Amino acid sequence: MAEVLVYVDHVDGAVRKPTLELLTLARRIGEPVAVALGAGAADTAAVLAEHGAVKVLTADAPEFADYLVVPKVDALQAAYEAVSPAAVLVPSSAEGKEIAARLAVRIGSGIITDAVDLEAGDEGPVATQSAFAASFTTKSRVSKGTPVITVKPNSAPVEAAPAAGAVEALAVTFGALATGTKVVSRTPRESTGRPELTEAAIVVSGGRGVNGAENFHIIEELADSLGAAVGASRAAVDAGWYPHSNQVGQTGKSVSPQLYIASGISGAIQHRAGMQTSKTIVAINKDAEAPIFDLVDYGVVGDLFAVVPQLTEEIKARKG
Amino acid sequence: MSLRIVVCVKYVPDATGDRHFADDLTVDRDDVDGLLSELDEYAVEQALQIAEEADDAEITVLTVGPEDAKDALRKALSMGADKAIHVEDDDLHGTDVMGTSLVLAKAIEKAGYDLVITGMASTDGTMGVLPAILAERLGVPQVTLLSEVKVEDGTVTGRRDGDSASEQLEASLPALVSVTDQSGEARYPSFKGIMAAKKKPVESWDLEELEIESDEVGLEGSWTAVDSAAQRPARTAGTIVKDEGEGGKALAEFLAGQKFI
Repeated sequence: MAEVLVYVDHVDGAVRKPTLELLTLARRIGEPVAVALGAGAADTAAVLAEHGAVKVLTADAPEFADYLVVPKVDALQAAYEAVSPAAVLVPSSAEGKEIAARLAVRIGSGIITDAVDLEAGDEGPVATQSAFAASFTTKSRVSKGTPVITVKPNSAPVEAAPAAGAVEALAVTFGALATGTKVVSRTPRESTGRPELTEAAIVVSGGRGVNGAENFHIIEELADSLGAAVGASRAAVDAGWYPHSNQVGQTGKSVSPQLYIASGISGAIQHRAGMQTSKTIVAINKDAEAPIFDLVDYGVVGDLFAVVPQLTEEIKARKG
Repeated sequence: MSLRIVVCVKYVPDATGDRHFADDLTVDRDDVDGLLSELDEYAVEQALQIAEEADDAEITVLTVGPEDAKDALRKALSMGADKAIHVEDDDLHGTDVMGTSLVLAKAIEKAGYDLVITGMASTDGTMGVLPAILAERLGVPQVTLLSEVKVEDGTVTGRRDGDSASEQLEASLPALVSVTDQSGEARYPSFKGIMAAKKKPVESWDLEELEIESDEVGLEGSWTAVDSAAQRPARTAGTIVKDEGEGGKALAEFLAGQKFI
């Protein structure tokens, strides 16, 4: 069976959920061979093996942390040359897309980004994507070279599928471009203890109607009652009420959770572009004419300052 | 010595219009008005700020696209860019990101540059991979997704706010920079700027001028193929209730029914 390279997104050996989802998709088109780079790379092997990786190629070098993106491209290219895979799958993070893009040019292959599903086809893997603020669904394939495909979080279930997961050291030679962009310093983002926005099963977002940074705790408390991530509309972010890293929308993050709760968000096209593929959509807004109500499974026309705290209390009471 | 800045911009269908695909599964540009991609305005703005700080700088805006794409160039010129290059050729119809990046790379090399600036993504395709591909093709450092950027003494520095960390980056020129919508609000063209833009030079180049064969671009030269594009069925109308004091409880009931609680 053909091998499929899966790029592993991990933090010091802790594999992030989108990578495990990639392994589910990779098994539909071949045998997953995982590529883990940087500090803790070898520590990823056990969990990758549990989820279907037949092999785990690892490499560590200071270049991966000290320079931007290109050293990882050099390593993924080395893995590509060692394995000759049928496809290369990479998580659709900002960095993942850049790594995939540069690899695709180097190996003379087409690239598909932000796939939301993947299946085997007669002419290679077929990727499903959303287009134009998720108003269209397209099916595409790579027609030249080895398909390089990046996949959005929440696109497939995480499934146990025990495999050998044999760890092999990957030999990497860094090219002249690898040290082009120096990472002078790195400040880790403070953890809020909440799930990562793009990976969360439930997202609770606040917008213009929240009317001030000091009111965002109402949104956070609802999120915490559901174990959800917190999002914000561009209006709320531009007003400085919530960090840009939590922005949902065309210029922020695109999310596709099981449940999306929009509070005080009118639903401009730019916001809809980032959340329209959510499975169940709920909105709370004073304005009955707000376009967000066109998308909802359940909407409450009302004052979020009354509805949201009542909802939070009710959820807490039900959860006991 | 003059700092040569090339800003790549894209002419995109207005997102508030009714965007759809044409019969050949390329973006239908006839039924929707186009404009300069909003995310590229941030690139033009940063180029203007970098040029203002430099002793001597020249900003060229570059686009690849149909006749109407000149509108995007005019907007950038009216914001303050110095000159424009429009790569236009019938054979470009349906070109994917690999072909577009090839055309841009050849045009940038022909124009001459020290610094290339792009937006983080287009607002139509939204792939966000063009900056990295362009850096790879040009063989220069990529300093991408910057929310702050500065150029001094032949070095570009900037801040990249990632999911898990904020990084301070540094590279020597020539380099490629992409900026996010957090890099600073783009200025509005002044009346003077709009009038001045009409006199600024816009060069038109075709594929022959860039020594690109027609089979390297267009649908034929595309490295990906779209097999189908279907409009998502409209969502069935949901339940909408007016809060009469129990709206939060009713919503909790709905969520419990859906097994979210």
